[in-house]
Amino acid sequence: MKVKVLCRNPDDYVRETTRDIQKVPRNYDPTLHPFEVPREYTRALNATKLERVFAKPFVASLDGHRDGISCIVKHSKSLSTVLSGACDGEVKVWNLPKRECMRTVQAHEGFVRGMCSRFCGTSFFTVGDDKTIKQWNMEAPGYGVREEPINTILGKAVFTGIDHHHREGTFATCGQTVDIWDEQRSSPIRSFSWGVDSFSSVRYNPVEVIMQLRSNTLCWNPMEAYYFTCANEDYNLYTYDIRHLDVPVTVHMDHVSAVLDVDYSPTGREFVSASFDKTVRIFQKDKGHSREVYHTKRMQHVISVRWSADNKYIMSGSDEMNIRLWKANASEKLGLLSTREKAAANYNKKLIEKFQHHPQVRRIARHRHLPRDVLKQKREQREMKEARRRKEQNVRKHSKPGSVPLLTEKEKHVVAVVE
Amino acid sequence: MAAPTPEDSSSTHVEKKSKQKLSKRYWEETKNTDQKKPEEEPSKDVQNQSEATVKERSLKRKKGESDQPVKEDPFPGQAPIPTERLQKFRRGEKHKAPAGAGRKLKEAIVFSESVSELAQKQAARYDLLLPEDAGFLEGDEGEDTSTISQDDIADAVDITSGSKYFNLHLSQFGPYRLDYSRNGRHLLLGGRKGHVACIDWQSKDLMCEMNVMETVNDVKWLHTEAMFAVAQKKWLYIYDSKGVELHCVKKFNDVLKMQFLPYHFLLATASATGFLQYLDVSVGKEVAAINTKLGRLDVMAQNPYNAVVHLGHPNGTVSLWSPNQREPLVKMLCHRGAVRSLTVDKTGMHMVTSGLDRKLKVYDIRAFKPLHSCFLPAGASCLSLSQKGLLSAATGDVVQVYKNACGSSTLSKPYMAHRLRGQVCGLAYCPFEDVLGIGHDQGFTSMIVPGAGEPNFDALDTNPYRSFKQRQEWEVKALLEKVQPELIGLDPGQLGKVDHASFEQRHKERVEALGFDPLAKEKFKPVKKKKGRSSAGSVEKRKRKVAHEDQRDIIRQSVQEKMDRQKELEEKSKEKRDLGMKTTLDRFRK
Repeated sequence: MKVKVLCRNPDDYVRETTRDIQKVPRNYDPTLHPFEVPREYTRALNATKLERVFAKPFVASLDGHRDGISCIVKHSKSLSTVLSGACDGEVKVWNLPKRECMRTVQAHEGFVRGMCSRFCGTSFFTVGDDKTIKQWNMEAPGYGVREEPINTILGKAVFTGIDHHHREGTFATCGQTVDIWDEQRSSPIRSFSWGVDSFSSVRYNPVEVIMQLRSNTLCWNPMEAYYFTCANEDYNLYTYDIRHLDVPVTVHMDHVSAVLDVDYSPTGREFVSASFDKTVRIFQKDKGHSREVYHTKRMQHVISVRWSADNKYIMSGSDEMNIRLWKANASEKLGLLSTREKAAANYNKKLIEKFQHHPQVRRIARHRHLPRDVLKQKREQREMKEARRRKEQNVRKHSKPGSVPLLTEKEKHVVAVVE
Repeated sequence: MAAPTPEDSSSTHVEKKSKQKLSKRYWEETKNTDQKKPEEEPSKDVQNQSEATVKERSLKRKKGESDQPVKEDPFPGQAPIPTERLQKFRRGEKHKAPAGAGRKLKEAIVFSESVSELAQKQAARYDLLLPEDAGFLEGDEGEDTSTISQDDIADAVDITSGSKYFNLHLSQFGPYRLDYSRNGRHLLLGGRKGHVACIDWQSKDLMCEMNVMETVNDVKWLHTEAMFAVAQKKWLYIYDSKGVELHCVKKFNDVLKMQFLPYHFLLATASATGFLQYLDVSVGKEVAAINTKLGRLDVMAQNPYNAVVHLGHPNGTVSLWSPNQREPLVKMLCHRGAVRSLTVDKTGMHMVTSGLDRKLKVYDIRAFKPLHSCFLPAGASCLSLSQKGLLSAATGDVVQVYKNACGSSTLSKPYMAHRLRGQVCGLAYCPFEDVLGIGHDQGFTSMIVPGAGEPNFDALDTNPYRSFKQRQEWEVKALLEKVQPELIGLDPGQLGKVDHASFEQRHKERVEALGFDPLAKEKFKPVKKKKGRSSAGSVEKRKRKVAHEDQRDIIRQSVQEKMDRQKELEEKSKEKRDLGMKTTLDRFRK
């Protein structure tokens, strides 16, 4: 007879010394792993709950300004420097890792309306209520030397915004008109105006040389250069395609008060918006509702917000003289992760994505705590919206079929297209 | 190309090194980075090597071959995977995008299907690396394998495998029930007269031994070898592996048989009073107590694929239970007499039952159809299916093992047979080993059955060679992944399917959850107007206006429905007419 009995050599399955790692032979046969879907579902539920447990987005608060912060600007070359302009004309340069202010400059008498840093990173421009454009050195002057701007340009009217080209030495300001300046000249090379409105913000497209202006602020998508998102007073944000400006691509609704500032992440997939309702919200570029909301009792109206160039942090400047540093992914672990940690984090993220539609998982993943005022406002606005919808339905029901047109949400917000 | 001069070699030092990576030793690199001296030595080596290759190249050129021949890959593309192996890893049918799907949905489905395919192929390729092979027993020409005795087999194989056949003579304490732990390392024995022992059966290391001084009906390991449950005369007791009594669960009385559901941490018990109870051993709570109303529950098995409990009854029926329902999920009439024993295979496809009518039947559990039945002269009192599909049936004091019991044809002659000293009371295969454990009147016998055990285990699931630390980590992970009992059903993958609950069902659930019906129309309450405009007459007028409006809506809806129905009928009759016989007079019909 021929016989073979299953006999394992323990040396093949047990480690030799305690300094080795354990031996883990695998067999991926599905019959050895029953209940795949329920176990994965349980893991997804655990991952969602843990994500909420570890969601601690607040990193630091930068203290020091003596008045509300009106604008924040990133240093174009360095990740650890940030400049902020306050409503009393002060400009402070901050070192983020040390969380301290490196330098203070009294730039203007009155508001600092806008700031931008030059693409080479050696200087920055500020515009203020005193109708001047000043160019400053990025490095602090030596000991005993007074703080002086490299260049000062006097204008005829108050400038409200400034932005610098990403490669050349030109910048644009807006106020009563939109002016394009050359760094060497003291008068604008070009001047544009559309109608009688004054302009509040100007931005260079990072890819092309086209400028746009908007209701409150505008930001270009760094990855898809033909999309820009603008923040509006009617509590919404609109993403437009410049090739088809008649209807917005997406309407982002979640704020309960005017949206004051918007900035895209360097990946171009998400953007952050600051609003008068004391919250900062993060939206995905194609979704109509926010994925994350940051708020603190101490943070009052958020005037400006920026997404750091390494896609990890968000800086918000608010009315109460503080700049706050937040994590872009609230439950992310900072610092160097070991391979196993990274693998586990990736696995959890994928699990949450796979089971996102199951009601229990969705309920936990969507849940965010909101300040009482914001919550009450949201409820009120929802009721108002419902009432309007009901009224429209009744009107449509009782009028001649076809006389009341069905408009999508996007079309509703367009008043007119001006060529 | 001339022979390289020393200058050449030193100048193109780096290039030459990258070409001859194969012959470079790991210590040569450190030498170079550390000191300045060995500039010469490696360069000399390099020089020699480069000279050699120059010679080769000149030879090749003489032969007429090109300097660097472009070789074509004779087997382009990826290595093929045999279809049966790929079939093993297939998880259900491929999904197709529904007809009216948008672009995004189609793209998402295509992407997820391709990713799933890749995962299945990778798993199938890994099969090549499995270290062990299954056992086998083949007789010589004309030799019947069932006549080969255990002693012969034990002599023919090596010492360690031979020691897997042993007998424990425990004649004092009655017929023995047994249970192997999930990784096949530890064995639990329980004698009817109260003797309970747990041993590491491979090293014959005794972990604990005691006499509980009561009738022991059944014994079962819990999730690890640290705890086990004993169903004693009155109540259910849980002991530590050292023999220390941890719990006496009085809610579970008169327990006759137990099954442990490992991924749910549930201990299912069948009692003499007809109650099926589930105990969550991680939390210590009773999850469900179901009054089956089917009499004394003596025959019990679990389906390892979907955690459904199978119970056999004296009227020949087998019922399937889940802790979420008061009624059985399925009731099948299997035998003409009482069901004596039943077992389910690990894939959840086949169920084998034996009854008092001396028949052994194999059923397809997914489709609830009988596959085949065979006649045993004496009905089988105990049945067990191994991981590889070998069926063992015990009748009296003889145990017979059949191969391919769940295959396409009926059972032929047995693969192996063994006669014991006493009447068989308990039968269990050891997981991952070619061993069948038999508990009988006179003690315990361990029988070698080549080809019974799964040769390759997955260390992340059950590892017979795990250390204490590994066991701790595994226990924590298993507890975190514990599946809730609400998810036990006939189809374990139901969570992955689209929920097509009908609108009525969802509406009913919502009404229950909210306490009121959100869709029900509230009665119209007219607004109270001031300045005398709210007299009784005008209020009634306003109410009647709204009532008329609602009535018009209802009428409009019913008229619409009637029109739709008429249209359907017309279309149907038209179809019938088209299919029916056409006569010449049809042209005059409208």
